[in-house]
This record gives sequence, structure tokens and C-alpha cells, in this order.
Amino acid sequence: MSSTQEALGTVRQVGPTRAWPRLRLAPWMVSWLQVGPLALILFVLFALPTTLFLVVSFFDYDRTGIYPAFMLDNYADLVNSPATIRVYLSSMKFAVIVWAITLFVGFNVAYFLVFHVRSNTVRMVFFLLCAIPFWTSGIIRTIAWIPFLGRNGAFNQALMGAGITDAPLQFLLFSDFSVIVAYVHLFTLLMIGPIANSLAKIDPALIEAARDAGGSRWQVMVNVVIPLSKTGIVLGSVLVFTQVMGDYFVVKAMSGGQSASIVSALSTEIQAMQYPPAAANAMVLVLFTAIMVAGMMRIVDVRKELVK
Amino acid sequence: MLAGPSRTIGGTDRRPWTFYALGALFFGYMVFLYGPMAAIYVLSFQGENGGVTFPMTGFSLVWFADIVKPGQMANVPDSFGRSMALAAIVSVITTVVAVAAGLAFRRPFPGSGAVFYLAVASLVMPSLLVGFGIGLGFRLFDWKASLFTSGLGAQLTWTLPFGVLAMFAVVNRFNRSWEEAATDLGASPWQRLRHVTLPILMPGIIGVAMGAFTLSYDEYARTTLTIGQKNTLPLEIYALISSATSPMLFAIGTVTTGLSFLIIGVTVTLILRMQRRRAAATLKVG
Repeated sequence: MSSTQEALGTVRQVGPTRAWPRLRLAPWMVSWLQVGPLALILFVLFALPTTLFLVVSFFDYDRTGIYPAFMLDNYADLVNSPATIRVYLSSMKFAVIVWAITLFVGFNVAYFLVFHVRSNTVRMVFFLLCAIPFWTSGIIRTIAWIPFLGRNGAFNQALMGAGITDAPLQFLLFSDFSVIVAYVHLFTLLMIGPIANSLAKIDPALIEAARDAGGSRWQVMVNVVIPLSKTGIVLGSVLVFTQVMGDYFVVKAMSGGQSASIVSALSTEIQAMQYPPAAANAMVLVLFTAIMVAGMMRIVDVRKELVK
Repeated sequence: MLAGPSRTIGGTDRRPWTFYALGALFFGYMVFLYGPMAAIYVLSFQGENGGVTFPMTGFSLVWFADIVKPGQMANVPDSFGRSMALAAIVSVITTVVAVAAGLAFRRPFPGSGAVFYLAVASLVMPSLLVGFGIGLGFRLFDWKASLFTSGLGAQLTWTLPFGVLAMFAVVNRFNRSWEEAATDLGASPWQRLRHVTLPILMPGIIGVAMGAFTLSYDEYARTTLTIGQKNTLPLEIYALISSATSPMLFAIGTVTTGLSFLIIGVTVTLILRMQRRRAAATLKVG
């Protein structure tokens, strides 16, 4: 029986003949019918608007409106401003630190859940425990750190109560520290999910074989587990990285006005209706993010790994 | 979620030291995750004259009452209703479109790479910029931005790529011989989809629907420039933070978490029951 070919879209008629003539579609046409809505929605709502602000970024503007033009002044202003460099550097710093922490925690938590937890039910409960805070608004989860880290906050009280410190620690809140803590709190799950998915696909027999062949724990980890979970690592890294670069709220709320994020600077321009410079700013951020993401995706062909 | 045979290494009763080390890390992560949440749950019962920080000045439920009290600067119940309605619509559209796309990607087709990278680009695009682009477009054509047009569209650019990625994971675990068997037994493509493919994928599909609902319900940056006049709950919360902070915000957090536990409880029960029924059916057949 050539059942495989038939499963791919065209089907031999077995039952009673139908009232209407059967429509036979090529497999690729079926695929396009299925993927069409997705492609259409993303094209109209994502590709077109992005093209639009690419165009607007070359426009001229003054206090009353924006005017079609082709000028590079918006970009020149942006690149020549020291504030731009500063805010990109600061965002990059946060992105790298948060990426390293979420990768370490996310990978190890995912490894624990997939390989060490023996009962499927316990694993499911643990996964849900990781996911439940995600259901509370990110804004509320961010400001939840304020009573926790503040001068009279729960953390300082606990430290002083335990006699570890005499006076409340000041650096905990409205600092780079609190920004990073909030990011890690918000985004670690984005690492755990894809990595756990990759780890779950690894055949345990492979790991046993490596152990039997005399590999130490560390060697098995470096030579077997990590290479096989690359897809999840890259996907998680891309998600965390882009979330930090695109952050709008956390830096604003948690740095106490000491740092700005790229997007919060941009939103100030949008609120002032200065669309062309805002669009130029947006284009630079998009290009920057795209280059970083493309670089990460080069490490592993995420598409091939995901679809196979 | 990651159901299947036990994946534990070894399988002997003695745990390696790494188990304890990673277990400690997991426990630490849980404390980190729930510590500040616990602080807001406690503070939502703050006394009437208390503020947003410790110490507690008493115990009261006024902040919960505040949520529903009319005549406040923010209308939380209405915005909550709008958020729920929007999240429900986003969730339905995302599920249908993402499941269809997930099925499509199971075989190669011309343009599949382009569609895939379009989805990835949409996913990694800084959120506010998507809203900016859509808002700009609406302004250009003099359309009125509103919750269920531009707001809905902006959210789909976020939930759809997530849904598609999740569907990849779901269809990857799907054994195609089930479909082949259905075809061999004379099922039409529609019957095969309706009675074989979709039921087997159902737990994953429910996961996609829930994920999309959550992402939409919590979405802030994409919605803010596309929403028009009426706020969703996250925007309302944001407005509240900018104007005046009161423990009412924490009360909202507590209520949200309570609702989440309820929704998760119901969903998990559904999935477990589905799995049990399926296991029973397999036993009968086997």
C-alpha cells in the first residue's frame, strides 16, 4: 500500500461516490491554503506598517505636520547625538547581563525538569509553577519588586532581622540592579520553554551511551546535551535579547529615572508627534535587532530544526 | 506537556549530586519568582491608611472594594471586560490560523522560508514599533484606531508567531502513521482532520489557545499606540501607576493571580481527563 503518498493530500475515493466532483489539490496548494491566512495577516499588519515607517523616516517635519521628502537628516541627527550611543550601550549592557543570567537559570531549570523529575505529573505541576506568574500583568510583576526591594522592603527587613546588615541596603531599588532583577523575573520563562522543548526531544539512550562510553557528567553535558539543545538555546536567547532591547516599561519604572531605554526615548518623540525622527530611530533599532538576531540564527538553522 | 515515557537518566534510586544542586537551583528560582508576588499578595490587604510599601498598617479589604468602586479615575471593571473580550478574540483567531499554518509547515512548499522568517521578524520586532507602524498607517488613511481593529491587529503580530512556533513543537510529536491509518481505512481528508489529526493534537491546541490568551491579556507596548480611546486593563494599570500608586494595584494583581489559578485548574483538569479517556480507549483497542 502506498499509504504515505496518499496521506500527503490526495486521497483515493473509497466510500460511496460524492454528489459533487472531487477537487484534487496539489500538496503545495493545500499548504498555501493552510498558511495563507498567516501570511496575509503578517504581511498586512507587520510588513506593510514596517515599510511605512521606513518611508516616513526620510520625511521632513516641523511643528505642524510631516512632509514627504527624501532626506537623511533624521538619521544624521540620530547618529550624531551622544544620547543615542549612550542609550544603545546601556541597553546592550542590560541585554547581555540579563541574557547570561536567564540562560544559566533557564537551562538548568529546564534540565532539572526534563531529566531529573521522574513523575510526569510532578513535572507538569513544576512547569505550571514556572508559568503561573506569567499570567499576572507584567507591569504589576515589575512594580511588585518595589515593596520587596525598597528601603523598608521585605528583603531589607529580612536581612536586618537576620543580623546580616545593620542598615537597609540602598542599591537594591531604583538602580541597574533592580532593572536586571525585574528583567530576569519577567523573561526567564522565555528561556525555560524553548530549552525544555529541545531537551525533551533528546533520546535518553544517547546520554546513557555517552556515560557508558566513559564520558564524565561534564563531558556529556558539553558534547551531547548542549549541542542537541542548541535550537532551544538560540530561540530562548533571541526572545530574551529582543525583549530587553524592545523594553519600554521596566527601565522607566525600576531605574528611578537614572537610565533610559531605546524605546522609551522613542516614545517621547512619538508623543511629541515627531514622527519622522521617531521612524528613523525605529529603523535603526530594527536594523540593529535584525543583525543581532540574524547572527544568533546563523549558529543553528532554527527553521530546519523546528520543522523537521 | 512533556508527556511520554520517563526520561530520567539511570533510573536507579540513588540520586546523583547534580540532582540536589539543580533541585536547589529550582527551589531558589521558585523563591525568586514568588517572593515579590507574595509581597504584593500580602500588601493588597493593606490597612485603609496604608501605602504601597511595608509596614502593614492593618488588615482590610478596601483595596479590593476600590477595584469595583465607580467614579475612580480608572474604570478597572470595564477595562478588564475589554481585555477579556479582546483576548478571547485574539485567542480564537490565533488558534485557528496557527494550527492551520502548523499543519502546512509539515511538508515543504514554495515560499515556506519567506513565511517562516516573516513570522520570526514579527516576533522579534520591538513591540512598540509594531504599534507605531500600524498607528501611523491608520493615521495616514484617516481611519479611527480602535480596540477591535488596530488594537486587535497589533496583538496578532505578537500572538501569531508565538502560536506558530508552539504548533511546530506540537506537530513534531505527532505520529503521521495515525493519519495514514485513517486514510487506509477510507477517511476523506476532512474526516481525517476532524476525527484523527485534531483530536490527537488537541492538548497542544488548547495550550496554544491559552498562550495566545495570556499574551494578549498582558500585552501593553503594542496596544498602547493602536488602541484609540478606550483602554485595556494593562493600559489602565499603567495609567494608574503614572498618576497615583495605591495598594489597589496589588489587589488587582492578587485577583488576577486567583483567576489564573482558576483557569489553569480548569484547563489542566480538561487535559488530564482527555488523556485519561484516550488512555482508556487505547487500552480497549490494544
